[in-house]
Amino acid sequence: MIRPTFKGQRLVALFMLGCLLFNYPLLTLFASDIRIWGIPLVYVYLYVAWAALISAMALVIERRDQ
Amino acid sequence: MLTGAPIVVISFLYVGLLFAIALYGDKRANSGRSIIANPYIYTLSLAVYCTSWTFYGSVGRAATSGIGFLPIYLGPTLMAALWWYVLLKMVRISKAHRITSIADFIASRYGKSHLLGGLVTIIAVLGIVPYIALQLKAISASFSTILQYPNSLVSAAPDALPFLQDNTFYVAMLLAVFTILFGTRHLDATERHEGLVAAIAFESIVKLIAFIAVGLFVTFGMFDGFDDLFSRATAIPELNALLVQGGAAGNYTTWASLTVLSMLAIILLPRQFQVAVVENVNERHLNKAIWLFPLYLLAINIFVLPIALGGLMHFPAGTVDADTFVLTLPLSEGQTWLALLAFVGGLSASTGMVIVETIALSTMVCNDLVMPILLRLKALRLTERADLSNLLIGIRRAAIVLVLALGYVYFYLAGEAYALVSIGLISFSAVAQFAPAMLGGLFWKGGTRLGALTGLSAGFLIWLYSLLLPSFAKSGWLPITFLTQGILGIDLLKPQQLFGLQGMDEISHCLFWSMIANVGLYVGVSLWRHPTAAEHSQANLFVDVLRHVAAGSGSRFWRGSATVADLQTLLGRFIGPERANESFAAYARSQGITAVEQLTANAVLVHYVESQIAGAIGSASARDMVASVVVEEPLALEEVMAIIDEASQALAYSRQLEQKSRELEAATYELRIANQRLQELDRLKDDFISTVTHELRTPLTSIRAFSEILGDNPNLETEQRAKFLGIITRESERLTRLINQVLDLAKIESGAAEWNPSALDMREVIEEATTALSQIYKERGIRLSTDLPDGLPVVYADRDRIFQVVLNLLSNAANFCDKPESHVRVALALENTALRIDVTDNGIGISAADQNVIFEKFRQVSDDASGKPKGSGLGLAISREIVQHYKGRLWVVSALGVGSTFSFTLPLPRSKLPFLAA
Repeated sequence: MIRPTFKGQRLVALFMLGCLLFNYPLLTLFASDIRIWGIPLVYVYLYVAWAALISAMALVIERRDQ
Repeated sequence: MLTGAPIVVISFLYVGLLFAIALYGDKRANSGRSIIANPYIYTLSLAVYCTSWTFYGSVGRAATSGIGFLPIYLGPTLMAALWWYVLLKMVRISKAHRITSIADFIASRYGKSHLLGGLVTIIAVLGIVPYIALQLKAISASFSTILQYPNSLVSAAPDALPFLQDNTFYVAMLLAVFTILFGTRHLDATERHEGLVAAIAFESIVKLIAFIAVGLFVTFGMFDGFDDLFSRATAIPELNALLVQGGAAGNYTTWASLTVLSMLAIILLPRQFQVAVVENVNERHLNKAIWLFPLYLLAINIFVLPIALGGLMHFPAGTVDADTFVLTLPLSEGQTWLALLAFVGGLSASTGMVIVETIALSTMVCNDLVMPILLRLKALRLTERADLSNLLIGIRRAAIVLVLALGYVYFYLAGEAYALVSIGLISFSAVAQFAPAMLGGLFWKGGTRLGALTGLSAGFLIWLYSLLLPSFAKSGWLPITFLTQGILGIDLLKPQQLFGLQGMDEISHCLFWSMIANVGLYVGVSLWRHPTAAEHSQANLFVDVLRHVAAGSGSRFWRGSATVADLQTLLGRFIGPERANESFAAYARSQGITAVEQLTANAVLVHYVESQIAGAIGSASARDMVASVVVEEPLALEEVMAIIDEASQALAYSRQLEQKSRELEAATYELRIANQRLQELDRLKDDFISTVTHELRTPLTSIRAFSEILGDNPNLETEQRAKFLGIITRESERLTRLINQVLDLAKIESGAAEWNPSALDMREVIEEATTALSQIYKERGIRLSTDLPDGLPVVYADRDRIFQVVLNLLSNAANFCDKPESHVRVALALENTALRIDVTDNGIGISAADQNVIFEKFRQVSDDASGKPKGSGLGLAISREIVQHYKGRLWVVSALGVGSTFSFTLPLPRSKLPFLAA
């Protein structure tokens, strides 16, 4: 049985972080001509941030509570 | 170039494989060794979210708006973080109440309302129809593309063909057959389809592999990796524009709207509810799915942009529909097998969605729309039929055909006017209307049935008016003036510029207005009235589900009577008699009872049966059915209050404890006061003893001193000797008197004194006392007068004691009269119900301060002249004790230099006594 614990609150915090990362106005910072390995910055940013968010969620879920 | 035959063969082989997997899954489930009971299969089944929209449509979207396809996958990622609270609640509630669809869920939350369940069903069916059409369009387009390539690069217009020659029609028919075979082979109370879930999970793997394979081929086969692909795209001005201002396709409103829509869709789409909630084996699986599912979305989206850019660069502009790049790119390079793999992947994506979605919708249509109506039609006598399970299956199969038919009709009417993604977004906007009622119902106890009904209706109507109808208009099935001029030519009512709102895309526009109406009415109407007892009870069960113990939580709110046989027969009618037998036996075992006959039809059993039936026909109808065999006593508001009272008994108990502790505190306080009083008395006793000892020593000292003088001086003159002996005698007498008085006082105070009451004539007592003291008065030259009237009543008292009191007062008066014209007067009078005796002198008087203390023991006003006390200091104390023993009062009125009046009263006996003769 899943007990609503600290994990749930951490996940909500990640949700809020995600809302911030994937939205106006932060996105405008990356809408530029800069290329990384030839890929436009905004694409790199979105995919990297997305992967980072998923990793953070995995970390929260899989970490055993102290 | 491929011909029709192998493609059809491969398609059928693939579907056959799916069937094999499904059968295997069911077989394993029946033998108790489920293959889907792990978080990975659960995650893969959730990936039914990725349909041909993702497989074909995302590329098409990316080809026109760059990164604009991405919010549809970012939203679910964000929502996954909230699953810990949201989805867990939904799973718990659904398991506890045997909820099998989102319509059932919302209906159950708001007091098991038929009306609400029906409305949700209608919205879901109408809302999902475009989505089904999208899948049909994708399958049909992929068929014609792979068959006719390169002859028909832009997909053929199907309305050019009569529907009998339109392959989409046959695809729809085929899908209906698949779904019926998959989803409605038998009726199960839990509505779980283990084999189906296994097949869906397999499809999720296939579509992921197929898409990534095509992506790898385009990126590394046709181009030289990401770097090369993007660099070459940058070189083309049109593509560069797409990449740079890509951001959110230059429109952050659209970006945010799509994120919100997809967030809601991931929990509100009927098929997502089906796989995430209904088919959930164990709520622990949610845990891993929270991060694995977003990971799946990320993986399937990596190559969307490369494929889109590759297609745009490879084909001359406008010659190939971007929605088909996944197929046409491998075909153009002669990669037939890769194209076939992509085709199968697309088929997976479409069939998975259609199968799960139509099963979910058919359950809703059957349980929340058709059955409630059929059961109400008395003419059908359905409530009397022995076995309804065949009827239920029939209804579901019909519903599946109906939903697919509607999808086909929509595809036929409006499909060509839109790209894949745009069609899907219309459906997303429809199911988003469930959000206020659903999420509000999960977290807010105040939401009511009426609020949900009005909010849903308003949101649905706005969706209908601003999205669905315009999609017909754009296809030419409604006059286009409907769009450009508004209904009846009213400008403010233009469907996609409602009330003049401009500058938004149609999806954001619809989301904005429908949510304002929906949320506003839901909250507003809910707050307008108090929830009813039924609504309140359901609200508590839903909102507090994480706090309740899951099983049987509804039984508390039920009272009534029924028989076990009736309940079993009832269950048998819906799930078949054999399954009902099994179900009852299982229930008996779970209760630790060996035979079904020994069961008692209590609230728990009734709840069990109701939830089993709810699985088959929905909670609202189940309640009606159970009510038909159970004499249910309605839950009155008073009883709800009683339940609440019960709950608050603990509170009352703690209040009692508080009360007791307060009483204890008060008692402690009283005890402390009493203790202080005791200590004070103890101190007084010590003082008394030391004072008495001191008083006794004074005469003893003088007796001893004079005795020693006499002993030491035998030659003392006789006269002197006589004088000393006189002193010794007087002091001895004083000592005796003092000891007698102390003993007397001690006796009186301890209550050990003997009292010998008799009828007493006070006049006689006073006369005797004045006679006894007349000699002393004469010696001191004090005049003594009396005022003793005749005919006064007698009192009952101890003669000797009262005599003692009078004598004491008279001798005191004599002691303090040293003026030449001294005068003492004794008066006797009747005052109300008592006799009053006054002894008045004109002596030195007593100061106000001294008046308070003279009645205490050993306190006497010292005689300044001699410095020596004239009495023992106990006379007044004893007198007061005596008077008080007879309930009388002794007091003094005095002024310095004027004289004093000592008075005391003796109450008359209550019964009238005869007056003494005068």
